[in-house]
Amino acid sequence: MTRARASRIDHQIIAEIVEPGSRVLDVGCGDGALLALLAAQRDVAGRGIEISRAGVNECVAGGLSVVQGDADSDLVNYPDRSFDYVVLSQTIQATRRPRHVLGELLRIGHNAIVSLPNFGHWRARLGIALKGRMPVTRTLPNAWYDTPNIHLCTISDFVHLCEEMNVTIIRKLALNARGERINLDRKARLANLFGEQAVFLLKR
Amino acid sequence: MPANKSASVDLSDAAANRQDCDFVRFGPDKPLQLDCGKTLQPLTLAYKTYGALNAEKSNAVLVCHALTGDQYAAGTHPVTGKPGWWPLMIGPGLPIDTDRYFVICANVIGGCMGSTGPLSIDPETGRNFGIDFPVITMRDMVRAQAMLLDHLGIERLLCVTGGSMGGMQALQWVASYPERVFASMPIATAARHTSQNIAFHEVGRQAVIADRDWMGGRYMDKNKRPEKGLAVARMAAHVTYLSDEALHQKFGRNLQNRDALAYGFDADFQVESYLRHQGSTFVERFDANSYLYLTKAMDYFDLAADYDGVLANAFAGTKTRFCVISFTSDWLFPTGENREIVHALNAVAADVSFVELETAGGHDSFLLDVPELFDTVRGFLSSSARMRGIGDTVKAGRQA
Repeated sequence: MTRARASRIDHQIIAEIVEPGSRVLDVGCGDGALLALLAAQRDVAGRGIEISRAGVNECVAGGLSVVQGDADSDLVNYPDRSFDYVVLSQTIQATRRPRHVLGELLRIGHNAIVSLPNFGHWRARLGIALKGRMPVTRTLPNAWYDTPNIHLCTISDFVHLCEEMNVTIIRKLALNARGERINLDRKARLANLFGEQAVFLLKR
Repeated sequence: MPANKSASVDLSDAAANRQDCDFVRFGPDKPLQLDCGKTLQPLTLAYKTYGALNAEKSNAVLVCHALTGDQYAAGTHPVTGKPGWWPLMIGPGLPIDTDRYFVICANVIGGCMGSTGPLSIDPETGRNFGIDFPVITMRDMVRAQAMLLDHLGIERLLCVTGGSMGGMQALQWVASYPERVFASMPIATAARHTSQNIAFHEVGRQAVIADRDWMGGRYMDKNKRPEKGLAVARMAAHVTYLSDEALHQKFGRNLQNRDALAYGFDADFQVESYLRHQGSTFVERFDANSYLYLTKAMDYFDLAADYDGVLANAFAGTKTRFCVISFTSDWLFPTGENREIVHALNAVAADVSFVELETAGGHDSFLLDVPELFDTVRGFLSSSARMRGIGDTVKAGRQA
C-alpha cells in the first residue's frame, strides 16, 4: 500500500497543525485513518465525508462519524463556519470542481487544510519531458486511464489559485520523497521541483 | 398454532392476557393526549425487555418495530412459533448486545399485540373500539413510549433505533424529546411518507374495506374478520418490501408443483404461491383495523411539516449522535429519502454517520443477514456506549 505510506506523512503534519480539542471535518476521509489519528493525538471531535461505500462502512464500524457523500455536491448542506478545520487530504485533484470545493472548505471551516500531490515534482516532469508519457509515481500511482486524479496541479498552480481567490496561506510546506520538509516560503521553486506533496493551512 | 377462525377472532383476549411479555397500564390520571385532539385512557403498553438495566440506567436501547412488527423482536414469537423479527441483531454477543445493553421493544399504540388499539375495549361503550379508535400519529406512538420509559425510570436512552416505521419513530423521538436521546439510528426510512408510499397503503386499506366481512369496521361484533381483504393488502405490500432482483433470484418464473402451465387461475408460479402464503399467515396474527390505523399513521408522518416545512429545524441544536442507514435495493424507502435526513442533519452541524449498504433484498434488507449492517450497528452502538462511559466488558456466564 504505497499510497497509505505516502499519505501517512501528511497526516502527521496535519495532526501537528490542528489545535487540540477542535472540530474537524475530513472531506474524502477514506478508511478514517486521519480522523482516528486526530481523535487519538489531538482529542478532536472529527467528522468525515467519503464517497466509497467500503470506506464509509469501515469508518462507521470503527465508531467514527462519517457520511457517505461527494465533496463536489454534498458540502453545500453544511452551514458556514461549523468546523474549526476542514481537511481535504490528497483529494482536491480528484474533485470535478476544485475551485468550488476550495471555496466551500473555507466557507464551512474557519480554516482549511489542503494536502496535494505535486505534479511539478521532477519525476513527473521527467516522465513527460523524456519519456513523453503521463507519469506514474509513488504519489500518483495510477495510469492515466484509470486515475481518479482528474485535476492534477503543481504546488505553484495551487498557490496561484489561492492568490486568485484571495485565500490567505497561513502555513505551507512541501515534503520530498524521503518525507523531509522543504520550506515553501524561501525555496518556492525548489519546493515545486523536489516536493512530492505539499500541505497548506488556509484561511479566508 | 391459532389457525382456526375462532382462535383468530379472540386475538384481542389473547393479546390482553399474554404471559410472555410485560404490560404497563396507565389509569385515567395519566391520559395519553393524541394529536387528533382526543385522549386515550386507560392506556396499556405491551413490551419486551432483553438484557439488564445498569445501575446508572444509561444502557437502554429502545427498538421500534415496523408496520406489522411487534414487541417480540428477539426470542420466539408466541403466535407464529418462529424467531422474533430481529433475531440476528438482538441477543448476547449480537450487534445490539443484550450482555451490554438493556433492550426495550414495545408494541405501538394502535397495534394488536397487547398495547391499546382497535381491539381494546372502549371504556365509553364497553365494547371493542374497532373503527371508533382515534386516528393516531407517529408523535402519539412516541409519546406513549416516553410514558413507558418514565415508568421504567429511564431518563435518557443510549439509543433509539428501528427500520421503516421504526426509523420514523427513531427520528420523531429526537424531535419530540431531544434531551432524552443520546443516539438515534434510523434505518431504511424517511422523514416523510412519499406520495407513492401513501398510494400503496391506500391500495391495502381499500382491499380491507372492500371485504364484506370488514362490516364497516365492526367485524368483531359479528365474529368475523376481513381475512381476504387483509391478505390481499399484505400481498401487495409484501411485493414493495422486496425487489425485482430478490424475487427473480428466489423464484424466477419457476412453476409451483407442476411441470406445465395449467391454463387457469391457480397459482401456476411459485411467486404466486409464496404471496398467497404470506397473505394467509399474516391474517392469523394481525388485526385488519390495526392495519388501517398504522398505515395511516405512517402516511401522516411528515416531520418537516411540524417545523415550517424545514426538516433541519426539527433537529436544530441537537446533541444527539445519528447513524442513518439505507440499502441500494430499497425502492420503498430509497437512499435519496434517507439522504434527505442526512442533509438536514448536516445543516445543523449534527454528529451524523450515513451509509448506504449494497444488498439485493429490497426494503426488507434491514431484517436480513447483512454482515455490513451488523458491523455498522455494532460500531455505532459501541462508540456511543464508550462516549457514555459504558464498559466493553461482557458479563460472564451468559450464552445464547
